[in-house]
Amino acid sequence: MAILIDEAKRVIVQGITGREGQARTNLMLGYGTNVVAGCTPKKGGQEVQGVPVFNTVKEADAYCRENHGGPADVSVVFVPARLVKAAAIEAIQAGVKLVVIVPDRVPVWDAIQIADAAKAHGSHFVGPNTLGIISPGKAVLGMIGGRAESAKSWFKQGNVGVISRSGGMSSSTAYYLGQVGIGLSTICHVGGDSVLGLRFPDVALMFEDDPDTEAIVIFGEIGGSQEEDLAALMKSGKVTKPVVAYIGGKAAKEGTRFSHAGAIIEGGKGTHAGKVKALTEAGATVVASFGDLPEAALKAIAGISSGSTS
Amino acid sequence: MARLHEYQAKALLAKHGFIVPRGGAASTPEKAGEIAKSLGCPVVVKIQAWTTGRKAMGGVVFADNPEKVVEESKRLLSMTVGNFPVTEVLVEELVAIEQELFVSLALDDAARAPVILLSLAGGSGIEERAGDVNRLACDPKAGPDDVQLKTLIAASSVKAELQDAVASAVRGVFEVAKTYEARSLEINPLVTTTDGRVIAADCRMTIDDYAVFRHPELGIEIARELDHPPAALERLAYDIEQADHRGTFYFAQLNTKADDGSKGLVGFHGAGGGGSMMSMDAIMSEGFTIANFTDTSGNPSAAKVYRAARIILSQPGLVGYFGSGSGVASQEQFWSAYGLAKAFWELELSIPSVIRLGGNSEDRAVDVLKDACADLPGKVEGYRKDDTPRTISQRFAALVSESSAEPWSPRAPRTPAFVGSGASFPINGGTVWIDTAGCDAYAARLAVEHSSGLLKDDGGVPVLAVSEQDAAGKDSEFIACEVELRRAGKPVVYVELDVPGLEEVLDCAVTIGGGN
Repeated sequence: MAILIDEAKRVIVQGITGREGQARTNLMLGYGTNVVAGCTPKKGGQEVQGVPVFNTVKEADAYCRENHGGPADVSVVFVPARLVKAAAIEAIQAGVKLVVIVPDRVPVWDAIQIADAAKAHGSHFVGPNTLGIISPGKAVLGMIGGRAESAKSWFKQGNVGVISRSGGMSSSTAYYLGQVGIGLSTICHVGGDSVLGLRFPDVALMFEDDPDTEAIVIFGEIGGSQEEDLAALMKSGKVTKPVVAYIGGKAAKEGTRFSHAGAIIEGGKGTHAGKVKALTEAGATVVASFGDLPEAALKAIAGISSGSTS
Repeated sequence: MARLHEYQAKALLAKHGFIVPRGGAASTPEKAGEIAKSLGCPVVVKIQAWTTGRKAMGGVVFADNPEKVVEESKRLLSMTVGNFPVTEVLVEELVAIEQELFVSLALDDAARAPVILLSLAGGSGIEERAGDVNRLACDPKAGPDDVQLKTLIAASSVKAELQDAVASAVRGVFEVAKTYEARSLEINPLVTTTDGRVIAADCRMTIDDYAVFRHPELGIEIARELDHPPAALERLAYDIEQADHRGTFYFAQLNTKADDGSKGLVGFHGAGGGGSMMSMDAIMSEGFTIANFTDTSGNPSAAKVYRAARIILSQPGLVGYFGSGSGVASQEQFWSAYGLAKAFWELELSIPSVIRLGGNSEDRAVDVLKDACADLPGKVEGYRKDDTPRTISQRFAALVSESSAEPWSPRAPRTPAFVGSGASFPINGGTVWIDTAGCDAYAARLAVEHSSGLLKDDGGVPVLAVSEQDAAGKDSEFIACEVELRRAGKPVVYVELDVPGLEEVLDCAVTIGGGN
């Protein structure tokens, strides 16, 4: 098992005829993702790498049901930032239960409205500004790995879940864990923005319920409260699997945004020290240097097999 | 920057039905005096600065006559708050305050919705009185719940005849924030007056950077959060980013001098938000001070990486150039290598450089960088994903300590002699030059081979194989061609790329240096 994505889930791609849409459809198909349809308004009837294109999500969903034995489970969105809100809400209203929003620079009030629609329809979304999700050996959503052959060689299948606020560092964390022999159930990049669909605590709860995930590794960052909220779940006993974490931005100054919209310390909140303290007190292992992460993860896993929980 | 000053935010509030004190902003003491005269004294004069506690730092003064306003404004306009010089003061009428309230809106990342904080107890130390603050969850479309809001206000000490006006103000905060896509909006204090009005006495507002394009009416010049006014290079970098949407380029200047005890000031070039931050932590823990934070990622064009390097190398005093991102990049890394190699060659890089290009096509990227920079006075080394941030930070420190190079001084780029005399055609943001006189059959064949199909061999001279229109957007491919030909020892193609405004900034820096 894995979380969020596997080889059986039916996936559609919104914006499939665009430059990014085409390139990433190639990656997803090459890796083994079950991409069954795409949508681009006014491009219905075309094909992208053998995948049929429809004008609307509703049409694509109907095609899925007729030809692939069920509804579209996931939509991956590759449309320009200013069109993301309409595209994501279209998918949510058509009944798609997981929407993966890759584009960067989505206005935050748009993200709030997407969240509102998702809540009303019982859907989840990942992003905006996510590199995607990959369950090694099964399927990939978005653009993690860039190319199918890279994704295959970089990420190993196994029992550790990775959650990251950075796209590049999702790959990096996963790769270095693989180098010390740690395989992964699923890697989820939650996105770099300040208002996101699934956040650390949501994904951690999914890993908690996943019988194939034994430990969780997180790449956190300054800003926001995702790390603190995860710590609260650990303290309350809702997340019991071992958590190993690195928090980026120790050297960051308050009031300056470091690339990611969410990576800003404001009013003394979201500091590196605050996050390290919250997670440490909740029982997580927090490493000071990114290079120490694989070793700490090995120790955490050894702790499980020897029956110790500390 | 997407933060609005008090007077700008108040103008938006007034447009949406709020009562704000009469007044106006001034950037000279004389203008401040005139405003005071037209308002009638007494007045209050407040520095316009992004900070709390202006009163405590002497940034708020009361004046009984225009002469005092002029005199005090002289002092206020020479103040500095953090790294920001005060450039404007706001002169306002005094209002007869009865009660001070507080209302603010923020975006709650856990709720994924706006939340309003409301204090009806009055006072200015909101942080210390967290117990008196009520949280009102907001529906993203409709705002705060009316019944909850009215119940809260009814239970407070706000006079019955003013309760509706306070409720309207709270709803107004939501409407204004939504209209202008604010990330935060705070009115502290919202006051009730002895003559029975509800007035927004102060206001702080931050607009979402990503929504600024939908609000040209706000006149926001640079939609980025920095802890200082945008420096000249930051403005240029922002313009480059706006002009080229292939990938992301982010540049923030952090230091112009190395910290005490530091191993020196470093030009920092990250890739990817998290990877950049992690690499920044790694190089700083090695004892260096970074001059800037830069991130080129999201599959940036070679042209964008080239311009980023030019901006970074416009900072004086660097002891080295350090590039590192996540190390396992999904993007094709050779584009970054081409951009860096071109910039380093043009500027004859004399300081050591370590660049980690791990990820897709890392071998090609490292080879390109190594060969193309082999003849430069500064040592340039490329690394892959299996080289950790710590290892390369240590390697960088070793190179810097071995190096006898002077700290970097920004310079104009060198150009090959055939620029101006060879054949040329325009592309977006520049010109491609071909050394027709120096070209031989072998060079022409190589040029065609490395041109991604854009050039063809016309009797021993490479010429455009596609229309100028089709070639216009291929700046990165031409940069690749230029660098490959230099690697092969046949540099017959050169891409002259504009970095708009950079020359002026460098001239200016020279003048300042010359005056010392």
